[in-house]
Amino acid sequence: MAKISAFDPALAAPAEALPARPGPGYWQAVGKRLLRDKVTLLVTAILLMIIVIAVFAPVFAIQDPLAGNVMARLKPIGTPGHWLGTDETGRDIWARLCYGGRLSVIAGVTPVLVSLLIGGFLGVTAGYLGGLTNTLIMRTMDVFYAFPSILLAIAICGMLGNGLTNAILALSIVFIPPMVRIAETVTTQARHLDFVEAARASGTTTIQIIRYHVLSNVLGAILVYATSLISLSIILSAGLSFLGLGVTPPQPEWGLMLNSLRQAIYVQPLVAALPGACIFVTSMCFNLMSDGFRGAMDVKLNK
Amino acid sequence: MFAASKIQQEPRDRGGLAQPLLIVEGLKKYFPIHGGLLNSQIATVQAVDDVSFSVRKGEVLGIVGESGCGKSTTARLLMQLIKPDSGGLVFDGDPVGGLRGLSISDLRRQMQMVFQDSFSSLNPRMPIVDTIAYAPRMHGLPAAAARKRAETLLAQVGLNPQQYSRRYPHELSGGQRQRVNIARALALEPRLVILDEAVSALDKSVEAQVLNLLRELKARLNLTYLFISHDLNVVEYISDRVLVMYLGRVVEIGPVEQIYSRPRHPYTRALMASKPTLDPDRRTRHLPITGDPPNPINPPSGCRFRTRCSFARAICSEVIPPLTPPADLGAGAPLDHLVACHIPQAQAAAGEHYDA
Repeated sequence: MAKISAFDPALAAPAEALPARPGPGYWQAVGKRLLRDKVTLLVTAILLMIIVIAVFAPVFAIQDPLAGNVMARLKPIGTPGHWLGTDETGRDIWARLCYGGRLSVIAGVTPVLVSLLIGGFLGVTAGYLGGLTNTLIMRTMDVFYAFPSILLAIAICGMLGNGLTNAILALSIVFIPPMVRIAETVTTQARHLDFVEAARASGTTTIQIIRYHVLSNVLGAILVYATSLISLSIILSAGLSFLGLGVTPPQPEWGLMLNSLRQAIYVQPLVAALPGACIFVTSMCFNLMSDGFRGAMDVKLNK
Repeated sequence: MFAASKIQQEPRDRGGLAQPLLIVEGLKKYFPIHGGLLNSQIATVQAVDDVSFSVRKGEVLGIVGESGCGKSTTARLLMQLIKPDSGGLVFDGDPVGGLRGLSISDLRRQMQMVFQDSFSSLNPRMPIVDTIAYAPRMHGLPAAAARKRAETLLAQVGLNPQQYSRRYPHELSGGQRQRVNIARALALEPRLVILDEAVSALDKSVEAQVLNLLRELKARLNLTYLFISHDLNVVEYISDRVLVMYLGRVVEIGPVEQIYSRPRHPYTRALMASKPTLDPDRRTRHLPITGDPPNPINPPSGCRFRTRCSFARAICSEVIPPLTPPADLGAGAPLDHLVACHIPQAQAAAGEHYDA
């Protein structure tokens, strides 16, 4: 076989005068586009703030979130010592919101991570292999689709008993089918593109093809969808707690707080609305952030 | 001969020049069509039906035919991207597949393919240098060496690696992308390259550049090409031999001069007559053939061209015409020109579609 010769100037394209352009990597380009997106930066900052407050709740909240005081029940916003007021047993709302953020964010992110791993794996497998594997996986997922997600979560929680772990487990199961479906759809599309065929034609293994060619092209879509599920997960877990299936009292959690403050809505409407506002802001931020990521990760919207 | 001495330098060569590089035997692929209430099979598309040919070492075999005649399916079958229903390949004397034969991954290292769509055949998330280096790396070449080879290949296809190697496919023009595709196909140092409409999507000036590049690479790297195209002028320019397909079957195969100057099969003749020409004195007098090819779901019995052929007789609907030397050359004719037609008069009629 003829040896491949070194760079042959006679064969080079006549565009040599242009400067050498090393070009950034894909993720660098994504980062650059993200930095230019003010809304995404803002909501990411808010989210980071919420997470920092939740993680370092003992630093931010001086008061004990579980210590009630019957004498100081349902104080309004701005009460000395309780700047966000107190709840129906006189516990400090600010402290409860800080500590509650921990559980709410955990309950929002964990099910999404779990379903991302399991659902992403199943979906990419189904999409890439196709045929019988696809039918088996996708029809099984269709069974879960027959139930509305909140009903399914309630049913699973009801079976497992209440508690945060079970709520997370229930939500993970609820999120797996849509995750599988998204992963399967994008993988099926990518799988029929010529570059995957070309990779197959080069005689490399299925795992190598999935790793180098399929994942890089489907991960963006799957991650964006997963981020948008976080807000739903926060709301659903808050809903489960509201129904008494998730976190158990007196643990602070936003959904549970919303439930218990519900009776005080006519006495202290602003205080009662606070946990709801937290849920709203957090899920909204996750949604906007996922929108921003989708824009930044779309390779065709470059420059 | 110069070509012969070069071929003998090829260390992977097994049988010498006389042994075809690739023999295709009775390749067949029917696609099932599912439908109806129970999604049962309601019909089959006879995409490729009993296609046999061989590719000689160092030649360019052109495959021509209308859209949907099975050219691309043949390419994909050869690359083992889809499984044939029946038929086999022999690569330089080694049967492909089976227990003793050449494994599919070994075959793919010696046979590569360039796709028509230059954009979708490149991973949009990968710099082109990584796309080219991918296959050698996965086959065990260290990353640095694979990258080096990719850059050398980029230079060979006329793209300065310093300037282009980190670019993404969307940052290149169609012609540049197709050069990258060619480089990628060459990365495993194949002996046979299948070019499936590789220049069809390019505009004319770029097409000419890429064609010349292909010729140059062929001479330099001792390649053999299977050149699939619907563009008769391009095939004439680059091919040594031409194979004409109609509705999934081979109707004629022969040296390019003979196919183009004296086509024997009525379909080949019609195809040649449809070739646009820039010579104002050569005007098409009659419509070569009318109508569309029949549906490959229910192809005509016997000779598949008979429904559009003015010479068709009873035998044409009864017997599938075998590939034989043209009738006018007699029994002792060499086997390099073969035509699948029952009717000697049909093979003899010449050039009646043109004004002189």
